[in-house]
Amino acid sequence: MARSAGHDGYLFVMVGPRCLVLSTYCEYCVMQWLDYLPLIAKGALSTVELALVALALALSLGLITALAKLSGKPWLTFPAQCYTTLIRGIPDLALMLLIFYTIQIGINQLTDKLGLGHFEIDPFVAGVMTLGFIYGAYFAETFRGAFLAIDRGQAEAACAYGLTARQTFQKVLLPQMVRFALPGISNNWQVLVKATALVSIIGLSDLVMAAQEAGRSTHDTLMFMVLAGAVYFALSGFSSLLLYWIKHRSAGWVREAQL
Amino acid sequence: MIDLFQTYWQSFLWTDGQQWSGVIVTLLLLIVSVLGGFALSIPLALGRVSSSRSLSAVIWLYTYTFRTTPLYVQLLIIYSGLYSLTFIQNTAVLNSFFRDAYCCTLLAFVLNECAYMTEILVGSIRASSRGEVEAGRAFGLSATVLNLKVILPSALRRALPAYSNEVIFMLHGTTLAFTATVPDILKVARDVNAETYATFTTYGLASLLYLMISFCVIVSFNRAENRWLRHLKPRKAKQAVDHSAPLIKEGSLV
Amino acid sequence: MNKNLVVACVVLLLCSTGAKAEDVLRLGVDPTYPPLESRDSQGKIIGFDIDLGDEICKRLAVKCEYVQSSFDGLIPGLLARKFDGVLSSLSVTEQRLKQIDFSDKLSNPSTRLVARAGSGILPTPAGLKGKTVGFEQGTIQEAYARTYWKVPGIKLQAYASQDQVYADLLNGRVDASLQDEVQANYAFLKTDQGKGYEFAGPIIVDAKVLGNGTAIGLRKEDQDLKRGIDKAIAQMLADGTYQKIASKYFDFDIYGG
Repeated sequence: MARSAGHDGYLFVMVGPRCLVLSTYCEYCVMQWLDYLPLIAKGALSTVELALVALALALSLGLITALAKLSGKPWLTFPAQCYTTLIRGIPDLALMLLIFYTIQIGINQLTDKLGLGHFEIDPFVAGVMTLGFIYGAYFAETFRGAFLAIDRGQAEAACAYGLTARQTFQKVLLPQMVRFALPGISNNWQVLVKATALVSIIGLSDLVMAAQEAGRSTHDTLMFMVLAGAVYFALSGFSSLLLYWIKHRSAGWVREAQL
Repeated sequence: MIDLFQTYWQSFLWTDGQQWSGVIVTLLLLIVSVLGGFALSIPLALGRVSSSRSLSAVIWLYTYTFRTTPLYVQLLIIYSGLYSLTFIQNTAVLNSFFRDAYCCTLLAFVLNECAYMTEILVGSIRASSRGEVEAGRAFGLSATVLNLKVILPSALRRALPAYSNEVIFMLHGTTLAFTATVPDILKVARDVNAETYATFTTYGLASLLYLMISFCVIVSFNRAENRWLRHLKPRKAKQAVDHSAPLIKEGSLV
Repeated sequence: MNKNLVVACVVLLLCSTGAKAEDVLRLGVDPTYPPLESRDSQGKIIGFDIDLGDEICKRLAVKCEYVQSSFDGLIPGLLARKFDGVLSSLSVTEQRLKQIDFSDKLSNPSTRLVARAGSGILPTPAGLKGKTVGFEQGTIQEAYARTYWKVPGIKLQAYASQDQVYADLLNGRVDASLQDEVQANYAFLKTDQGKGYEFAGPIIVDAKVLGNGTAIGLRKEDQDLKRGIDKAIAQMLADGTYQKIASKYFDFDIYGG
């Protein structure tokens, strides 16, 4: 029976980044931890950065696509529909592998054809573009649902007041849409944060890769993986609190149905 | 892409000569994790909405942990991490369980899927019509019968659209199986890519296969919704209502 | 959602990409293969290949920038111009020469099988019957295993990185692992974890599949770069710098004549 350099007497409790050890390995465990903590912290930071910038891109793409879908013009609706259907039908990882290399090849071919110098996309930007492109489709559905949930009377009243389409959108529809879109945005944000774990598979530096490296060097993958999980856990808790605050700010006046 | 498919179609579809691979493996992972997760989620959801605060809290902790941590990290912990613990290696049953790549992968997928399905079902149960439950209690139905015959059937129906999304997400999740060396469609695509370096065509082919599977899943769920949620669809009036005719025909109540 | 903020973010994003600076040589590397390339505890990439790379860049009067990638993403990354060279113990093989070009030889590590001591495993189809062999995805060892050992009775398992192969060798999921001899010695057999394991059988030689040494992978159109690197390598071999760097890591001749 195969044996590894075992962890005799190692007992894990998955409660936050604490390692409850019931043996003499306790000190050793903590010492290893402290050595690699900066690496893990750097990984966590790059994960958050990646997620935030990808969120910005996804929100913009999602808004544009939702508007295209709602416009009613077939030359806008059809590509938007293709975009959302394709992206939601193909798994994130397959899309990431497809897009990550294709973006650079595509840009290379474009710059070659136009005779421009080589335009390099650094890995972080490529990761952001990939994630933003994928989650733009999910946000498009959220925004579309949110726009459809706004009371029809609002648009009609705006029209009656003589507001132009653009003014209606900017001053009347957009602010109200945010309230309906918030649950969807918060869900998609959680999924986006978890999807950033996949970028380590295409070779980008992030928290999971940092945890794997630390685990590799110390031959203790379990502890660092649990630590990485705990960081995601904490990130999610923090996001929930933040979104609750945003909801209160933007839609606190709404009285929800008492169940 | 056609010649690539002609060379590698067997690996992509069902076997690479040594073991099952490709579409068969993806479907196997999808079906087992969805069914397993679903079966487990029913008792867990009932426990979560029960009046016992501690039971509800424990189940909430489980679902929250598995929903907020990435599936990739969960799979890495279960496949690489847990097997390094001595007590697992020393117990014969656990040793042979964690040693097998499929078992580890399915365990991670089932636990993850169950967490999501539990929450969906909980939301659906909480949206039950109050009147129905009160009527059931008034009739003196026991808790078991109440759950089985009154609450669950309507909750499951209400949750059907959410389940269809969940199955699609699980399909996306099966792409992580390569971490545990299980040869699903994407792993076959990566192997083919390593041999031919035709990145766009291999991953494009894999994406097409996933699209086809997604399409089949969506169509089957549409059929299921047509059957079980027929009562929620808007109905067209077959003919104009005749307001002059009396509602109850004379003599019909005798 | 503040639209201006969103627009600013996207604009910043596009501005952060830039044209390639002329005096930087980007080299792709998979730092999970000590002592050739790995990361230290501060996250810096170190190793024999890195030292060689730094020396070559010094002679070319450019700055070396190491771009991390998974091993099987190195050649696609090179073709997609994510970096200009691959310095990751990449062996020169016929199959790779179809896609990319190589510089002159950098080293010649041999391939060998590792298994539990006393297991009686040999690197032949007969010696591996009923066993599972692990290797890293995209390597020449994978090509070798899939060419000669793809027979019923032998199970082949590819992993994303070399340490995952060792992890599964330790916990018994694979019975043997195929990789560079020097890498196995340094990163596994000589460590605490490798106690009870040994090389199984002799060095495997096969010029066609395993190639004839490692070199820096380059795109076929970068002939100027190739000439410059070849010159730098020749200088390093002539004036003893190569031997000096090699002796820091190996107590035998890694160049292999």
